[in-house]
Amino acid sequence: MGIFEYSFVLKSLLGALFASITAGIIGTYIVSRRLVFLSGGITHASFGGIGLGYYLGIDPVLGAAFFGLSSALGIEYLSEKSKMREDSAIGILWAFGMAVGIIFIYLTPGYAPNLMSYLFGSILTVTWTDILTLGIMSAALIIYTFLFYRVLLYVSFDENYARTFTGKVSLFKYISVGLTGLAIVFNIRMAGVILIISLLTIPANIIMLFTRKYQKIVIWSFVLSFIGISGGFALSWVTSLPTGAVIVFVLVVFWLIARMVKSLMKKSELSPALSQQIKNQMSK
Amino acid sequence: MKHLFAIESISAGYDGKVVLNDVSLEVEPDDFIGIIGPNGGGKTTLLRVILGLLRPYSGRLDFSNLKKNEIGYLPQVAQGDTLFPVTVEDVVLSGLMINKRLTGRMTRDDRRRAAGVMEELGLVPFAGSALNELSGGQLQRVYLARAIIGSPRLLLLDEPATYVDPSFEADFYEKLRILNSKMAIMMVSHDVGTISAYVKSFACVNGSVHYHPHGKITEEDLRDYGCPIQLVTHGNVPHVVLQKH
Repeated sequence: MGIFEYSFVLKSLLGALFASITAGIIGTYIVSRRLVFLSGGITHASFGGIGLGYYLGIDPVLGAAFFGLSSALGIEYLSEKSKMREDSAIGILWAFGMAVGIIFIYLTPGYAPNLMSYLFGSILTVTWTDILTLGIMSAALIIYTFLFYRVLLYVSFDENYARTFTGKVSLFKYISVGLTGLAIVFNIRMAGVILIISLLTIPANIIMLFTRKYQKIVIWSFVLSFIGISGGFALSWVTSLPTGAVIVFVLVVFWLIARMVKSLMKKSELSPALSQQIKNQMSK
Repeated sequence: MKHLFAIESISAGYDGKVVLNDVSLEVEPDDFIGIIGPNGGGKTTLLRVILGLLRPYSGRLDFSNLKKNEIGYLPQVAQGDTLFPVTVEDVVLSGLMINKRLTGRMTRDDRRRAAGVMEELGLVPFAGSALNELSGGQLQRVYLARAIIGSPRLLLLDEPATYVDPSFEADFYEKLRILNSKMAIMMVSHDVGTISAYVKSFACVNGSVHYHPHGKITEEDLRDYGCPIQLVTHGNVPHVVLQKH
């Protein structure tokens, strides 16, 4: 294996590892809290930052990070203060971000940048700086979740009750949604604006078919994502198809298989709770 | 008897609008108070003030004989997301968070306590179940377990029987009666006729609070207190004949 190929494979594996950590922690968080639409809004709003980055001649991911973080915190603020319907705010930011991105890229002098790599992702455009940033982001996510696991679990489940034991519910919500915004943005180069949402939602959805224990969903979503992303990379390399699209294809195949397995399991057994309910009814 | 805690001339509300006006109430350690009143009268607001979730505009809460972490709370069931991936045991354990730091973890002893409370309320078979696999009555027992796992001295309940199957309602109130030997209970309810069989007194809340020191209350009493609600009874729970004292 040549030095270029070795570097490429290493970068792909590290990229897959860090993206899987995001999928495990952030994916479980957004699916559980039903924030998938919000995540879609953040992702598309950050495209405005990519355009601005090109126009100003700075790293587009920095621009995206600014837009992603601002939109995430802005939506949470509007939702918290009940100033506006959350879905409406997301819809506006979604379209606005894309519009700003396209306008600034149009205004940027010289060659038009390769937008396809941002929309659909490409491991070829990922730099070692991106990998390092993803690594730091992943470490931050792991530390945050490990340290505050119980509080995060209960704030996400029932924030009204959580307010009876901590006055920091809003702070945790802002930090969580802010980290969600940043994690999404730092994965854009690899998975793409349009496809990253599936990376965050499909693994967690698959695991939730088999367990309702939050901790297990995080861990197994990570494992499944790593298999899906690595498999997607390999398939993309062999077939020369766009990486992001191939990863999503692989994950959707996993999801279909999981649905079938779950359906077969349902036919062959009843859940313990349902069995208990039936026993209770029978013993009356 | 030395009171457990007291509300002294509290005024509270939302966005500058007063919901509770100059309200006072003393709660004894063995009280079982039914909080009744019309919708919007301030019943839940009263609980929120006691829990510290709502800062009153004026007045004071006397917590000299009760610590904040000695309050158990059972909110309206509809507040929890039953599709959220969390097990019954995890929900019950969340009742211990008030005694933990933000980085706190659950210990073996905590899990033993959870097992004990779940045993008491018949929830052991469901410990690993998701909430959406439970009936309304079972779900309510989960939230009751969460409220009492910390061995509170004051238990606040907000319409606890709303989603309970009528056939399990009597059992639920019976459990509350047993708990009342260990803690004071304040329970918001619309079902005055039913809870009359269990509570020892009433607090009629309609902007102001009128304390009624008996477990029986009549429509005439309610009229006198400016508390226009109907005396209805639901389910199969034995209830008292409502008479004027």
